[in-house]
Amino acid sequence: MKLLYFAWLKQKIGVASEEVTLPDDVGDVAGLVSWLKGRGDNYADALKDDAIIRVAVNQAYAKPATPIAEGDEIALFPPVTGG
Amino acid sequence: MIRVQAQDFDVGAEMKALGNGNTGIGGMASFVGLVRDMAGGSGDSAMTLEHYPGMTEKLLANIDDEAHQRWPLEASLIIHRYGRLEPGDQIVMVLTASAHRKAALESCAFLIDWLKTQAPFWKLEETPDGANWVEAKASDDDAAAKWAK
Repeated sequence: MKLLYFAWLKQKIGVASEEVTLPDDVGDVAGLVSWLKGRGDNYADALKDDAIIRVAVNQAYAKPATPIAEGDEIALFPPVTGG
Repeated sequence: MIRVQAQDFDVGAEMKALGNGNTGIGGMASFVGLVRDMAGGSGDSAMTLEHYPGMTEKLLANIDDEAHQRWPLEASLIIHRYGRLEPGDQIVMVLTASAHRKAALESCAFLIDWLKTQAPFWKLEETPDGANWVEAKASDDDAAAKWAK
């Protein structure tokens, strides 16, 4: 599965994108975020405030219960500030 | 229509092209967003707009479709820039055209309010203390929420 990070999430985690293989028991967005937090201090720090993390699955906004599967493109980013 | 681009745009030329001789259009509304100088006139507040290629285009196209479903529009155009911009530079433009002004004005306000809270762009400001990610404003969420159905 491809993960993308943007803005300060990218800076804190230290990469713009990565390929990961999820454990079998991770099947939704909430599970993914919680699994990522356990991957290191950089992830734990970047994702510490769940309320402001936005997640998109295959380029559409997702909710914590949105299911995810191998082959999905998943992006994590802070609230948007365009316009 | 939507465009996501690094280069600047010409509002007058875009309006003329959008009208394209369609005499059913009775009015056009426009909103142009500019980079405001946050450093008190020193001109030292350039920024870089990062975006999520792919999702940005998809989101803007969805928002544009939504405006056409809600209002009787003859045409519309959203242009959003990315990359490094300086104070006074144009960032975003929304144009809407309809037979009557109410639909044009309301849909233009809807589009800019909605895209500010939905389209995946992030502003990185250059400040004397270093680069700083702009924080989202609750007032922008409030502005978008008033259009929720």
